[in-house]
Amino acid sequence: MSPHQFDIQLLAIIVAASCAIPGAFLVLRRMSMMTDAISHSILLGIILAFFLVKDLSSPILIIGAAASGVLAISLIEAVNRARLVKKDASIGIVFPFLFSVAVILLSKYARNVHIDTHSVLLGEIAFAPFNRLILSGMDLGPKSAYVMGSILLLNLLFISFFYKELKVSTFDESFASSIGFRPRLIHYLLMAVVSLTCVGAFDAVGSILVIALIVIPPCCAYLLTDSLFRMILLSVVFGISAAVSGFWVANWLDVNIAGSMAFVCGVFFLMVFLLAPQRGLFGIMREKRKQRMDFAEASLLVSLYNQERGESVKNHPDSRSMFRSADFASKVVEFLKQKGEIAVAGGKLFLTEKGRERVRTTVEGR
Amino acid sequence: MLEFAVELFSDYTARTILLGAASLGIVSGVVGSYAVLRKQSLVGDVMSHAALPGIVLAFIIMGVKEQLPIFIGAALSAVLAVFLINLVTSNSRIKTDSAMGMALSVFFGLGLVLLTYAQKMPDANQAGLDKFLFGQAEALVEKDVLIIGVTGLFALLVVGLFWKEFKLLCFDPDFGGTMGFSMKSLDLLVTAVIVSAIVIGLQTVGVVLMSSMLIAPAVAARQWTGGMGSMVILAALIAAVSGVTGVALSAGFENVPTGPAVIVCVSVIAFFSVLFSPNGFFTLRFKDARSRREIKKDYVLKALHDLALEHDDPGYAHSERLLALGSEKGFNVRKSLSQLKAAGYVERAGEENWRLTPSGIRQIRELSPLERSG
Repeated sequence: MSPHQFDIQLLAIIVAASCAIPGAFLVLRRMSMMTDAISHSILLGIILAFFLVKDLSSPILIIGAAASGVLAISLIEAVNRARLVKKDASIGIVFPFLFSVAVILLSKYARNVHIDTHSVLLGEIAFAPFNRLILSGMDLGPKSAYVMGSILLLNLLFISFFYKELKVSTFDESFASSIGFRPRLIHYLLMAVVSLTCVGAFDAVGSILVIALIVIPPCCAYLLTDSLFRMILLSVVFGISAAVSGFWVANWLDVNIAGSMAFVCGVFFLMVFLLAPQRGLFGIMREKRKQRMDFAEASLLVSLYNQERGESVKNHPDSRSMFRSADFASKVVEFLKQKGEIAVAGGKLFLTEKGRERVRTTVEGR
Repeated sequence: MLEFAVELFSDYTARTILLGAASLGIVSGVVGSYAVLRKQSLVGDVMSHAALPGIVLAFIIMGVKEQLPIFIGAALSAVLAVFLINLVTSNSRIKTDSAMGMALSVFFGLGLVLLTYAQKMPDANQAGLDKFLFGQAEALVEKDVLIIGVTGLFALLVVGLFWKEFKLLCFDPDFGGTMGFSMKSLDLLVTAVIVSAIVIGLQTVGVVLMSSMLIAPAVAARQWTGGMGSMVILAALIAAVSGVTGVALSAGFENVPTGPAVIVCVSVIAFFSVLFSPNGFFTLRFKDARSRREIKKDYVLKALHDLALEHDDPGYAHSERLLALGSEKGFNVRKSLSQLKAAGYVERAGEENWRLTPSGIRQIRELSPLERSG
């Protein structure tokens, strides 16, 4: 691993961790698509601030960008207040507009600047480490690692100071306001934090793929745990692993790093979605199959039991007409025979003592 | 500028391009109305981003920048994204917004990966491929416009044929279901129509901003009309005008990409409508303020009347301070009084006092006829 590669990964890890932390709250608050709006809108702030100070490394750019993120959120909420615009539509008209204005300004007036329409979309994490922080002749590492590191620190401080408030206002907004928290304030603070994070991540992964790092790791975590704290931790772990493995995949195939990170995030989610112990698709299917079988077994046993006691069923229960297919019926009979709960005699089914016992305990609840 | 416009409309190539932009506008205006009414605006955003890997993959497989395979690739990957969103939301506790965010970013990320891969292909004539990001209308040739026209006509035809079914789907799908229409297949059909609109916009507007071309005209049109038919037509008109204007602007100024130019035009119309239409933000504010003023005036009038009745003389004068005492904090009694004076309902009686005029007494008795005897 070359020092350059090390720097890129270091940066990727910091970016991924700082995206995952507010991301957990966005996912729980059903505001994932707000990230889309913010990450597009900050470009306008960056560019306007750049025209103002003519310096790409100025901190004013970060402030301008974060401000335009919050501005976009307020605009969306203002448009949403018009009676005939739904929430999704107001998101959908605000950010493309801000983004378009930014792209036009960018292509028209900022042709020869370091940012261009491509780096906006693709991110330039591979070039980010070239910009070093040098203090009195000493190379202290890539500048962006420090910027991003401060944002990570800020995110950590934010959630540790407001953990309780965030948690309550996320899960029960009216309760939060009734006990004196201010959910609106928390909402705007969270939006400001997300904007700031997007700005920091912008350099590394571009404006669209920030969404991947903010939304996908928390979604993975959401399928694995019910505890908020563990969800945040897991999100960070998923984010970091996706970022690092995404980097190596990109390195191996020699393709765009940010795109590859987003794609790896998607692969991670797919695996969790399929394989998660309780909430994975396979787990759910297994559970459903088991329930179906349990129910079918119980139905057959009960009807045999009723018939035995001369209740309700006149004819001997026919397993074939009870179930949706003969195949399934013979499977049920086979399973029950193996468990020793029924016996076959003269082509007819009879309960064994064990089967009677099961009917009594599980079905009749005795 | 005028010279330029004349030149633009007389030039054959320019006419082709403008025709393409106009037809694209008409289709996205019509189709976008359904996306907006069904609260699926952001699905359009996801689909247009998700088209990217399909575009690039079609290019990698075919090796040429041929329209049709690219259209098909784009449509397939957009539909796949929607399918995955449905799969994830119906089989886990992941909510729609997160699923959409994931689909958008993963597909777009894959698209970028493939794009960088394609750009390294040795003999690739992929130069125009990244034009799909922000759109480049200048590259439109007659054949492209033809494909846009045919696909668009197909979409419009479907909308026309299923007009009433789509209406049911938008406003009362449960009722539609009980009428015997298969809402699931209609849903699929609407998705197909939206995808075809997105696909034909890719070259002009680009994947990044195409969603706005669907949403903004419909949002704008919805502000002005409540009828389905008029909304669809108005949206088509707005989108067509914006498309043509945007293309002209992008051609007229150097270094202005087409997509953003079109989107700025259409967004300006949308914002204007949201703010100033009869149901718009400012109009409602204005109406609110007016009715609040009326209520306050009536309140003061009634208070003056009630006080005066205590003295068995409807014209008895009372001080402004007394009137202010009975009202809420921040209630500007003096302002209401001067408005009432302008209407001729009250008049000053000395320095601080006010009394009702005969026409004011008539007015208050009209407002609350039951209290006439009181």
